[in-house]
Amino acid sequence: MVRERETPKQQQQVSYTVEQLVAVNPYNPDILPDLENYVNEQVSSQTYSLDANLCLLRLYQFEPERMSTQIVARILVKALMAMPAPDFSLCLFLIPERVQMEEQLKTLIVLSHYLETGRFRQFWDEAAKNRHIVEAVPGFEQAIQTYAIHVLSLTYQKIPRPVLAEAINIEGLSLDKFLEHQAANSGWILEKGHGRGQLIVLPRNEFNHPELKKIAADSVPLEHITRIFTILG
Amino acid sequence: MAANYDYDEAPATYDDANRQELGYDPNFVPDSVKSFVVHLYRHIREKNVYEIHQMYEISFQKLSDRLFKDTPWPSVDAVAHYVDNDQVFCLLYREMWFRHLYARLSPTLKQRIDSWDNYCSLFQVVLHRVVNMQLPNQWLWDMVDEFVYQFQSFCQYRAKMKNKTEQEIALLRQFDQAWNVYGVLNYLQAFVEKSNIIQILEQEKEGIEQFTATDGYDYSGGSNVLKVLGYFSMVGLLRVHCLLGDYQTGLKCLLPIDINQQGVYTSVIGSHITTIYHYGFASLMMRRYVKAIREFNKMLLYIYKTKQYHQKSPQYEQILKKNEQMYALLAICLSLCPQTKLVEETVNSQLREKYGEKMARMQRYDDEAFAIYDELFSYACPKFITPSAPSFEEPLVNYNQDAYRLQLKLFLYEVKQQQLLSGVRTFLKVYSTISLGKLANYMEVDEPTLRTILFSYKHKTHAVDSDGNIISNADVDFYIDDDMIHVVESKPVKRFGDYFLRQIVKLEGVINDMDRIRLE
Repeated sequence: MVRERETPKQQQQVSYTVEQLVAVNPYNPDILPDLENYVNEQVSSQTYSLDANLCLLRLYQFEPERMSTQIVARILVKALMAMPAPDFSLCLFLIPERVQMEEQLKTLIVLSHYLETGRFRQFWDEAAKNRHIVEAVPGFEQAIQTYAIHVLSLTYQKIPRPVLAEAINIEGLSLDKFLEHQAANSGWILEKGHGRGQLIVLPRNEFNHPELKKIAADSVPLEHITRIFTILG
Repeated sequence: MAANYDYDEAPATYDDANRQELGYDPNFVPDSVKSFVVHLYRHIREKNVYEIHQMYEISFQKLSDRLFKDTPWPSVDAVAHYVDNDQVFCLLYREMWFRHLYARLSPTLKQRIDSWDNYCSLFQVVLHRVVNMQLPNQWLWDMVDEFVYQFQSFCQYRAKMKNKTEQEIALLRQFDQAWNVYGVLNYLQAFVEKSNIIQILEQEKEGIEQFTATDGYDYSGGSNVLKVLGYFSMVGLLRVHCLLGDYQTGLKCLLPIDINQQGVYTSVIGSHITTIYHYGFASLMMRRYVKAIREFNKMLLYIYKTKQYHQKSPQYEQILKKNEQMYALLAICLSLCPQTKLVEETVNSQLREKYGEKMARMQRYDDEAFAIYDELFSYACPKFITPSAPSFEEPLVNYNQDAYRLQLKLFLYEVKQQQLLSGVRTFLKVYSTISLGKLANYMEVDEPTLRTILFSYKHKTHAVDSDGNIISNADVDFYIDDDMIHVVESKPVKRFGDYFLRQIVKLEGVINDMDRIRLE
């Protein structure tokens, strides 16, 4: 999953070149510095390229002396932000076991574990204890909140406010503002739950509204309908 | 001529190697061999692909069985003068020579390095000179397959540093370019690029080019060698990337080949199986279980129907081995993603016979289950490699298992994360609605924990496909309304639309008949 935002023209030119390198000449130790710079650029400009990062992890695999744990950590944070895509584990497959034991990476693996198993509260608690890792990458919080909402949207038709709050780590007035914004722009509906506080109605999709899926499966091609046009007329 | 993947690695000491060399005379050329090379050379010059194939597949095998059961073929120098010292033929002969060596004997380090040199020379010729040959697809596939195999074998060999002699270490240091990972990948990439195969396949879809229709052969007087090597190199790249643990890139390399259709990759059974095996394995590791199940199912059914035709072929053993491995992988996939309706009846009954009991135990997710996942994965997985050169400085250790251990560890980690899902599934199958509180009670967890389990279930059963779309592979699904769980079972959809259409037409017919009746 590639998240793209507007970047200044100059930066766009650099990333175009790196993407070309990865497509045309990926098995080349000389491009390692370019790929490392590109990771830092992805972090600062809030863009993402899985292919380029995998290319770099491969080169680290080929020449372990050149590996930078810091860069690997940044790649993993970006991969975490790409959830629900399995990018994080795809990166782990390329990182030697002893490197995964290093403090920074161990923490990220724990964070990934919490997200994979739906343990949002534990995730936010652990993330709070490791601000230096997660604050180093702009857009991290929003990306995880987007993932959380994705999972909630698969699961809930109507979700109680406290459950939502815990999942996206927003409370009180900030949450009110957030809900207003979602109601105005993303089709969320705010209801009064029976005595227990707010209920948020999430947008309908085929995963939380199975009848939507059924409709798609039972479609009849137009050519078949033409058979009975004379009758209907 | 598929290599046997299970034999012993190189002899432990140099003495064994020397003894091997002294055991036969490399310059003695039996008459049958002289006849073999003379005829093969002529057929290649005359571009008689059928005859080349017969000699390559059958005669070579027969002579190997009869005369060279455990010795190498005569050296290329001994046969060169029978074939006008033709450079290209000699390179091809040597390629077969080394392949035979790897299959029947254990190559020494020197021989491994020489084989690499031979591949380099042969590939340079194909890439940079105009080669006027047509070779059978079987041979061209075997070249790529063997190239990757020897690379894998070298990495395994090199990683066992503990018992290396000083001579071996000196050779390794001196010839550090031999079977270098960059070299291997760049040759495969060079074939893909220089042959223009990706554009050819694109243009074929638009009807401008012909490739698949002719099985890759060139009927306008040209050569098929570069094009077909380029094509098979895409499969080669998939394989190498799987060995490195890079499943995403591996699948990307295979993209230009449409595995939902016949193609040149299906023209050789070895290539067909290798492609699907690695495609399926990569999909499994990327949690695209439905894709993996579908492809394994198709391949296993195909093997079931056609393996009798390959009984006499040198690939037979390999076919059977890969068949068993794919059943193991299928068992794993179905335990993680129960979708038995995707599996054809014949394959399903074979599966139940081989792994029925194990699959039942895997779905219990206790310690025993993990042991079985471990066992099946270890049996069926590719022989992962550590591509980097060893450090000669450290105390010499064997690190040839490191790569495999990492992949296994991460795989079991994923299995562990899915541990609680099986329990939830059982309950969901029994209820149509149930409150969170009640279900939490039955599962003996508190409500917040139950919520995490349900979130996890949803996340793990809704995979992200290659286009970034969410695909559900849940056999049992649900949604929650406030604190009530509503279970949705995926039943086969009744096609009401068709039914109504039929009834409408029928009713119209009845009405028309009635109109024609006059009441008297």
